[in-house]
Amino acid sequence: MNLALAVLVDGVVYSSWLFLIAAGLTLIYGVMKILNMAHGSFYAIGAYSGASLIGVYFAGGNPPWASYLLLIGVAMVAGLIVGLLIERGFLRFMYGRDEVVMILVTYGILLILEDTIKLLWGVDPYFAYQPYTLLGRTKISSLSFANYDFMLIAVTAVVAFILWWSLNRTKAGKILQSVIHDREIAGALGVNVTKIFTITFVIGAFLGAFAGAMTAPGISVVPGIGIEVIILAFAVVVIGGLGSVGGAFVGALIVGLSRALSVHLYPDGELFVIYGVMGLVLAFRPQGLFAIASARKI
Amino acid sequence: MTALLETRDLAKSFGAVTAAADINVKINAGEIVGVIGSNGAGKTTFINMVTGYMKPTSGDILFDGKNIIGRKPREVMRKGMCRSFQVAQLFPELTVLENILIAQAMAESKTLSFFSALHTNKREQNARALLDDYEILEYVDEVVSTLPQGVRKLLDIAMAMISQPKVLLLDEPTSGVAIEDKFDLMTTVMAAVKKSGAAVLFVEHDMDVIARYSTRLLAFYDGRILADGPTKEVLRDENVQTLVIGHHLDMDELEGTANA
Amino acid sequence: MLNKNSLILLVLAVALILIGLVMPYWFSFLVTVALGKGLVVLGLVILMRAGLVSFGQGLYYCAGAYAVGAFSHFVETDNVILLLAVAMLAGLVISSVVGLLLSRYRDIFFAMFSMAFSMILYGVLVKSAELGSSDGFNVTSPSLFGFAPEVNGGSILSYWVAIILAFVFGAIIWRYFKSPMGVAGEAIRENEIRVEYLGVSVQKVIYIKYIMAAVLASTGGAITAMTVGHIDPEMAYWTTSGEFVFIALMAGTGHVAAPLLGAVIFELLRSFAFQVSPYTWQMILGITLLAIIIFLPKGLWSLKDKLMKGAKS
Repeated sequence: MNLALAVLVDGVVYSSWLFLIAAGLTLIYGVMKILNMAHGSFYAIGAYSGASLIGVYFAGGNPPWASYLLLIGVAMVAGLIVGLLIERGFLRFMYGRDEVVMILVTYGILLILEDTIKLLWGVDPYFAYQPYTLLGRTKISSLSFANYDFMLIAVTAVVAFILWWSLNRTKAGKILQSVIHDREIAGALGVNVTKIFTITFVIGAFLGAFAGAMTAPGISVVPGIGIEVIILAFAVVVIGGLGSVGGAFVGALIVGLSRALSVHLYPDGELFVIYGVMGLVLAFRPQGLFAIASARKI
Repeated sequence: MTALLETRDLAKSFGAVTAAADINVKINAGEIVGVIGSNGAGKTTFINMVTGYMKPTSGDILFDGKNIIGRKPREVMRKGMCRSFQVAQLFPELTVLENILIAQAMAESKTLSFFSALHTNKREQNARALLDDYEILEYVDEVVSTLPQGVRKLLDIAMAMISQPKVLLLDEPTSGVAIEDKFDLMTTVMAAVKKSGAAVLFVEHDMDVIARYSTRLLAFYDGRILADGPTKEVLRDENVQTLVIGHHLDMDELEGTANA
Repeated sequence: MLNKNSLILLVLAVALILIGLVMPYWFSFLVTVALGKGLVVLGLVILMRAGLVSFGQGLYYCAGAYAVGAFSHFVETDNVILLLAVAMLAGLVISSVVGLLLSRYRDIFFAMFSMAFSMILYGVLVKSAELGSSDGFNVTSPSLFGFAPEVNGGSILSYWVAIILAFVFGAIIWRYFKSPMGVAGEAIRENEIRVEYLGVSVQKVIYIKYIMAAVLASTGGAITAMTVGHIDPEMAYWTTSGEFVFIALMAGTGHVAAPLLGAVIFELLRSFAFQVSPYTWQMILGITLLAIIIFLPKGLWSLKDKLMKGAKS
């Protein structure tokens, strides 16, 4: 009983975290057809900005509860700056290239950002535990859970809802969907694809940074976290089907729950399970679970 | 006599949309068959199905008396049926010679050699002779992506003919080619193909070309075969004129072109 | 009978082997490690010529290294020929299974899926206590039936092996690139539909190329393991595979010598850059990568063709 509870809670917490990271990645791919390797760096930038500012904030003796707003604000600013800088300053000159070339381009950006992070924040770890401990812990049955993790679930639910709502219930979202479906036709119908690309990339970068900022209080922020995270996010979006936000949601749940199961039953299989599940899904559904089908052309 | 290629009740549908139905065709050795029909009438679907690119929903395809349903394009090709494409399918960043050399090596055997050279004197000689047949020898060292459309179409057909198939299916060989060059292109192709004695089926929109080069004509309409018979008869058919061609044909003028 | 080119190559190989005797150890060490990576990249080039970029060659690089490590440890042998054979076999066996699945994929799916497989190996190794978990373990220095000459403070055997393998594989692949099977890669990159209609199975060709690339990568991993004397799961991490992709792009795919020379240049640059400024190495890599993609999409090797054309006209 306790085991099932632990697997469920850990799994859902981990899934929420994965979805936060993967949402921006899959959104950018869906709209722009760029599998953005630098997405992990956005996460890292968010985590570093969050952790360092939280440190300063608490050192200044400011009201602790507002620190959560600070995390959101930090992610917004970081996402806006980094997203705009990369999209407007560089990426837009590369549009129209092969998808594989775009992977390599974003790989180059990732390498640059990784060292930029080291130059800006150094290589020593950052801790921003205050927002995490502030919420305390809850005991369910004989198990103790951090309330911050529950908040993470709620935050993810809100983010998922906002994404779903704005994609399906707003005019801007419908335009975005039309671009996801067929970029050329959308362009021909007068949709300003350039503007949409910029906005999408900034939103994607914000989501990445936000995931990092929200994670920072629970971990020690060290160099290389972005590199670790990006491959997890890849697994999630590939399972769900590249470009599908709903797919990323399902993918995150699958990966999160199977990892939690493995952690509690067979800890040595933790990493193996994630990619094993991915391999299994792809063996039967090469395009992922919710891929947007593309016609074969002759 | 059994037909070289025969389809029985061939049909293809995509969900609720019927792309082809009740296709019953027999092609005999050495025949030159024209195919007409408006866009979406099922002509390319027909070629895609018989060459194994697209699996029919139902029906049979017999080649040389054997059922080839479910065979892949590469297996159909090995049996002796090749095709050309509406948009020439080539290796655009390679030269014309390289395109032909690759086609030759692949036609020779499906097990490719790892160690012997692709470029041999013998292969190059054959390649040049072939290009000469199709009157594009002057482009031998050009990179394909720089070539004009007509040359690409000829190269596409030449590559299909390398394995000396018994049946050649040409999907709009003259599309994208200037009107004044259409006859030249068809004359070149037909002369080159005649050498091998292959049966030819070609899709064409220009009735002048149809009248001059085909002896038999298939008219597709709405996924079905509306008429099948000697070219002149099919062209005279009322239904064909109204449904497929869309206007009345001046047969005297056509016969003038055909006999010219 | 040897023609002029093979004679030049043979003389060059012998010269390099002899130069090893007077080289400082750090340099022969660097060249050996570089050639090990060069072989991995050579395999990657086979795939890239067919239009496939693998972000998972680390899988075989690591598998080859661990095959050497495990075999020398458990069977207690340091025979260099045996160890190389085991490593190649490991690459062959794993790739002939994984390749069945991967040969169905193209483009980013091939890239991502190959990365996933190498991460599976990483995940397994990190948790394998008997193989040293994330610390890895030490590998004994190899010998050729007890023969392992020390020169300038280190064993020169691995260097010789690397030189010989680089030349042998280089010559074989050079020949291969001109063969129908080799050129089939370019044909597939250019137009798969046409290849199928020419009677050849695209999937089978890709499968074979994938296995060839894997064997080269596991050989490279074996050389690295024997030279460095230590192996760890990091060899299967995706950043290692990324490095191979980087070298391939930088060097170019136009000639077999490009990845081998490119790997040596890469290692030299890295060892200097690391000393000068350890925190900007990746940044330099990233900027170089972007510059290559924009200004020299066919890699450094294409400069040679451009220069030769310039000299002629």
